[in-house]
This record gives sequence, structure tokens and C-alpha cells, in this order.
Amino acid sequence: MISVSDVSLTFETNDGPVNALKNVSLEVNEGDFVSFIGPSGCGKTTLLRVIAALEIPTEGRVTVNKMTPDEARKAREYGYVFQAAGLYPWRTVSGNIKLPLEIMGYSTSEKKDRTRKVIDLVELNGFEKKFPWQLSGGMQQRASIARALAFDANILLMDEPFGALDEIVRDRLNGELLNLWARTRKTICFVTHSIPEAVFLSTKIVVMSPRPGRITDIIESPLPKNRDLNIRDSQEFIKIAQRVREGLKAGHTEDVI
Amino acid sequence: MGMKSSYLSYKLIPVTTIVLLIGVFWYLVAIPMNSEKVSRQFKDLPTSEHVIKCWSLKKPKLPTPHQIITEMVNTTFFKKINSKRSLVYHGWITLQATLAGFFLGTLFGILLALGIVHNKAMDLSVMPWVIASQTIPILAIAPMIIVVMNSVGVTGLLPKAIISMYLSFFPVVVGMVKGLRSPDQIQLDQMKTWSASSNQILWYLRFPSSLPFLFASLKVGVAASLVGAIVGELPSGAISGLGARMLAGTYYGQTIMIWSALFAAAFLAAFLVFTIDFLQKITLKRMAIIR
Repeated sequence: MISVSDVSLTFETNDGPVNALKNVSLEVNEGDFVSFIGPSGCGKTTLLRVIAALEIPTEGRVTVNKMTPDEARKAREYGYVFQAAGLYPWRTVSGNIKLPLEIMGYSTSEKKDRTRKVIDLVELNGFEKKFPWQLSGGMQQRASIARALAFDANILLMDEPFGALDEIVRDRLNGELLNLWARTRKTICFVTHSIPEAVFLSTKIVVMSPRPGRITDIIESPLPKNRDLNIRDSQEFIKIAQRVREGLKAGHTEDVI
Repeated sequence: MGMKSSYLSYKLIPVTTIVLLIGVFWYLVAIPMNSEKVSRQFKDLPTSEHVIKCWSLKKPKLPTPHQIITEMVNTTFFKKINSKRSLVYHGWITLQATLAGFFLGTLFGILLALGIVHNKAMDLSVMPWVIASQTIPILAIAPMIIVVMNSVGVTGLLPKAIISMYLSFFPVVVGMVKGLRSPDQIQLDQMKTWSASSNQILWYLRFPSSLPFLFASLKVGVAASLVGAIVGELPSGAISGLGARMLAGTYYGQTIMIWSALFAAAFLAAFLVFTIDFLQKITLKRMAIIR
């Protein structure tokens, strides 16, 4: 579904070139939930942006649904959820969700149907007419996820969508996200810097480390697809979390030496 | 009740205090300013009468507030509206040129800002000229515009409106460029992920984001428009308009007439700025940009 082979990306800065990504290769299959985890500067967000055609790699090849990322972007093959909800203050919740649909030229009835469907999906019923400032941070992020789902792209790219939320809200949204993923069967790429979040959500965990940004480990999770928050106390969960931690540490030691 | 008392303490009391202080200061200054003229006209007056004469001369150096207000009331309410001696008549003439110039200036400013934001070449080349245009004294340019336009047969409102426009487009360009660029990177990236056209980005994102900036600019612009219209009336030998009224006042030493035209202009400017402020509040409130 998404294939990244030998991708490198160098940013030219005033302090000289920065290797944001170095020889990164990765396969994402249909229906996968893939997390990119690593410390800041490891290139996890850059990798997501490369897949979304928001950055152009200096070397290597990326395909998304057998297209180049830019073709995939123009064909609206993916929905992207940013770190900040980025809702328009002058639009209501449903107005915000309709925004991409208006841009893509959907008919009025279609806009209405799809908005209702995704509002159900993220459980924002009753808040359709509220403005963003009337919503909590968690609800804003849910509206932003609904907006990314509204046009039914089968890939969902998420860049630390719950990073700014407190842990209680984050746990609940993680559970909801898993439900949503099970119901919609989307392929999800998810950037995070929280180990429990990555392990809890993913079928595949991509561990990355900085300078240069690279992949140090790819873990296929043996956890069942249907899981709830209790799984975090299981032996398997703890073992995977340990392996992630070791991957992160390995990247770090190399860096120090 | 709470609303009312806070309005009283936050707006009314400070404003009245300042107005009263200025008034007292004004009457005090009027005494030395007009004293010499009173001494020349009336010999050996007792001090109290001397002071009263200082405040009620027919052609004083500095007229007092009550003289100006009396003149304004007389020429506003007790003259026919279409009479050459009516302040309403002159105010209306100036207001028309102001509004026409303000409209043209706003339009021109917005178009220029759109060009600057959407076109790299314009971004690099236009702004220095826009700034340079404002460094030229308007008093030097106004007569030229009037004379050139008169020579091609364009007279009346339009030349004045052009001068108004010249002053009012500037704050609009500066504010709109800033406003159209105010969306943050996430919002622009988001538009890109939806594969939006630049027209769509303009209408859905850039333009609504720029409205608070636009309104701030319009308030500055409308005041500048009024100044432009008045300056446009000065060199043209115009016989109507607040500027013409000020000019006539200086010819005939009618200081009260000058000051009342000046006050009328100030009230007109305040009225225009408050109108835009009001439109800003209802627009932004309706858009939920302010609560």
C-alpha cells in the first residue's frame, strides 16, 4: 500500500546540511496500523510528510497506492491529521468537517450524509453547531480526525494528534481510535513519542533514531487486533514495550559514541 | 446595573475628566492669546470684564469652545441644508469625496495586496513603491492632481477622491498583505493535503483570516481619506467643502469659522471610524472570531 525504499532527505540550513532521513526503507500493508516512534529530530514527522508529499525526498523512491506521493495527494488518497487541530474559528464543527468536501466539490446532500457519518464515528453528536472555542482540546482533535475521514481516503496519516492532550483524554481517544480503525479498515500511519501509545495502537512499530534520522527496528506486533486498555498489563505488551525501549536506547548510544 | 456602573467608571468618567481639563486649559490660554486685541479695542477695562471680552471677541486669535459650539449649532441647525453657509452642506460635499476615495483606495489596496501575496515578482517589486508613495508630501502632490485633472476636464468630486484614495490605499495594502499571510503553516499544509487550488485557499482560508487586519486598516484608511478630501479642497479654489470653509476662514480672518470646520471634520472622522468599528464588531462576532 505504501512503499518507501532507500529514502534520504537532507535539509539545507544555515548551520549546514541536516540529514533528516538516511536510507529509510519501509513497507506498509493494507489495513496496517503503523506507528513511527523516536525522540525529536529522528525524522518521524518528516517521513510522514514525505509520504504525504509535503516534503520531497532528496533520494529514494516512495509509492502510495502505486502512485507517486504527489499523485496520491492530488487523487486525495489520504487524510492527514496534524499536531494541532487547526479548525477554522469561523466555522462550526460540521462546517469544519464539510470544508474539505466543499473544496473537493461534493454535492450538498453528499456533504450532509458524510458529515453525519463521521460525526457518528468520532462521537461528536450534539456538537455539530458548536464553534471550536466551545470545545475541549480532545473534542477539537476528534473533529479534526472526523474532517480527515470525511472524504473517505483509505489511508490516514496522523502526526502526534494526541500529543497536546492529557493522559486520561489520550487513553480514551486511543481506545476510540482503535475502534474507528476496526470499523473503517483504514491503513493508519501514526507518529508518536509515547511508547505505551505506540505499542497499544500498532500492528507494526517503526523505531527511529536521530542524526541522521533512520530506522533502528521494525517490530511486528503479536498482539491481537481487537484489544482494550487492559492489554497494557499483559506480559506480551510489556515485552514489546521493552524491545521498543531497547531500540530507542541503541540509537541513542550510537549517537553518544 | 453592573454593566451601567462599569460603563460609567471605565468610559464616561475618564473621558469627561479629560474633556473638562482640556476645556479649562483652553479658556486659560485664550486670555493671553486675545488680551492684546482686547486692550487695543477697549481701554481701561476692569480685569473681570477684560477676561470676558477675551472670551467673546468677534475675530479672536483663539476662539473659545462655546464660541465654536455656538457657530457650529447655528450653521448646522439654523441654516438651510443647501445653503452655502450651512456646515451640513459643506460636510456632505467633503463626505462624498471621502467615501468615494475610501472606496477606491480600499479596492486598490486589496487588489495590490492580492498581487503581492500571489505573485513573487510583485512581492519583490511593489512594496518599495508603495512605501515611497507615502513619503511624498500630499500637500505637494494634491495641487498637481487637481490641475492635471482639471486640464482634461475632470472637476468636482473625482480629483478629490483620487487624493483621498492616494492616502487611504496604503494602510489597506499593508494590513491586507499581513492578513492574507496570517494563516499558519499547518493550515496551509492542510489545504495542500486536500489538494486545494490557490483560489480556494484564498476564499476559504486567506480572506476570512485577513478580516481582522482589514478592519484595523479600514479605520486608519477612512480617517486618512477624510484628510485627503480636505487637502484636495484647499488648493483648488473650491468654494464648497470643509477644506474650502477653512480656506475661506483664513482669507477673512474668521477664526471661529476655521475652528468650527475643523471640529466638524473631527466629528465626521470620529463618526466614520466608529461606524467601521461597529461593522467590525458585528462581522467578527457573526464569524465567531471574537466572542
